[in-house]
Amino acid sequence: MNRFILPAITIFVLLFSTSCGPKSSSEGAASDSSANYIENKGSDTIVNLALAWAEKYQAEHPEVRISVTGGGSGTGIASLINKTVDIANASRKIKDEELSEAKANGVEPVEHIIARDAIAVIVNPENPVSQLTLKQISDIYSGKISNWSEVGGEDRPIVRLSRETNSGTHVYFLETVLRLGKKDDKTLFSMDTLLLPSSEGIIAEVRQNPNAIGYDGLGYVPKDLKMIAIAEEEGGAYVLPSIATVNDKSYPIARDLYMYTNGEPTGIVKTYLDWILSSEAQQIVADLGFVPALPDSSS
Amino acid sequence: MEKSLNWYEFIITRLIKASGYSAIIFVALIFFFLVREGIPTFAETSLSSLLSIRWYPIEDHFGILPLITGSLMVTIGAALVAVPFGLGTAVYISEIAPRWMREILKPLVELLGGLPSVVLGFLGILVLSPYLRVLLNLPTGLTALTGSLLLGGIAVPTVVSVAEDALDAVPRSYREGAWALGATRWQTIWRVTFPAARSGVLTAVMLGVGRAIGETMTVMMVTGNAPVLAVKLGSLFSPVRTMTATIAAEMGEVASGSTHYHVLFFIGMVLFLISLGVNIAASSVVFRAKKRAERILS
Repeated sequence: MNRFILPAITIFVLLFSTSCGPKSSSEGAASDSSANYIENKGSDTIVNLALAWAEKYQAEHPEVRISVTGGGSGTGIASLINKTVDIANASRKIKDEELSEAKANGVEPVEHIIARDAIAVIVNPENPVSQLTLKQISDIYSGKISNWSEVGGEDRPIVRLSRETNSGTHVYFLETVLRLGKKDDKTLFSMDTLLLPSSEGIIAEVRQNPNAIGYDGLGYVPKDLKMIAIAEEEGGAYVLPSIATVNDKSYPIARDLYMYTNGEPTGIVKTYLDWILSSEAQQIVADLGFVPALPDSSS
Repeated sequence: MEKSLNWYEFIITRLIKASGYSAIIFVALIFFFLVREGIPTFAETSLSSLLSIRWYPIEDHFGILPLITGSLMVTIGAALVAVPFGLGTAVYISEIAPRWMREILKPLVELLGGLPSVVLGFLGILVLSPYLRVLLNLPTGLTALTGSLLLGGIAVPTVVSVAEDALDAVPRSYREGAWALGATRWQTIWRVTFPAARSGVLTAVMLGVGRAIGETMTVMMVTGNAPVLAVKLGSLFSPVRTMTATIAAEMGEVASGSTHYHVLFFIGMVLFLISLGVNIAASSVVFRAKKRAERILS
């Protein structure tokens, strides 16, 4: 017994000393808006836009430091609930379960619409199919349609590509396209849908695989990929996504992009959010391929 | 002078003892942490729900069977690639290659082992997967096969290093005895050296398999992450989702304490237990073989 005491004591001392240390800085950053540091985290769809905004704003206001990270809308909202960020970026609305978790944690998420986005459905440039109805896309992704010949293409199997489940784009696509907006619908993605961890993965696969179909935000689709014109219903007009068709609501899968804060924003966070809705920042939105938020952003 | 020597040795001995025990303690602590966060799954979801075949956590489908089969399929495929190539390379380096070739090959293999897995994943997406899609006429190149090939490539350096050391450790007298009896080179290698190094070779294979099952980044990028139950031979040529990729992709978004959070830790527990099982199996073989060899030689 004696022989074990000294090593045991050494180990316990080492373990305890590792738990001593400076308090984690994240708590300080999130709650203290008088410190000049803004933490911004969340949607990978918004991350490039948020980075462009942060760079422009920091160039004009060098006393403020803004940190931008991706990780998906789910990650951003989870961080807001855990009080580790000031602003959460989300490409989907906050869910009811997340709202109740936030309330349970003492967090009051306030929604701000900062831009609008269209989801483009993309296929390989060699694919002869160029228009689909919303129902056809829903059937493709839920597994009911498995061959391109069923929608007017060649005899090839359909390879479905999607973002991971933590992505706001994924959830938005599930609700709006797969379930056609119906709340009680329980349709899920077909089990063999490939869930790729990044937009770049989807783009790379669609670019070189003629069997592939994928979806992504308009700002992420490069010029060499083919976008599908979508009709909301059978017999309706087939519309390609663009700033014009999003604003006049003729493109059926367009969505608002949100930033969530804990309570009404104050101090430097408020100044930053006000700047984001100014014409200078919204011009950056248009430059990056998104759609500027309308002045009456409650629509 | 003797007195100060004893004091010095005393401290060093105790420190070394402490580090030795701390390794066991850290592993135990990790396991307890996994269990503490993973056990609530049984309170929050039923066993039948965990054993279902649909994994879609944001809608409360927590079937982990597709993930387990995905990991197993990719690991078995990786083993099938790594074992022949790894052992073949090890035999070549230790038995057949001339000395100058050995000096070049050994460091090169170690270099291959140092390649970051994310770089291999990148190569997999851009080069290997389109090539396999065209070669085998598959719907997509992002399959378990692509993952297995890359994981086999990652595991080969581990297998080669350990197996080559094991083969080197076989006493020269064994080989000389075989040659004296008129055995050819291949007969010596296959029937004398290899069986004598059997325990080390088995350890090498187990370590390679352990490396493959825990690999995350590569499989996340090239296997397609589709949670399909992978039980037929044909599943090797379709996308799968591994346990490691699931944890990596989803851990960021879970709210602390939610059911999804506990299920992810449960998956971590399963992964831990599988690795532990592989390692225990390997070490039990090694220790048993040593005792027998000692008995024979004494």
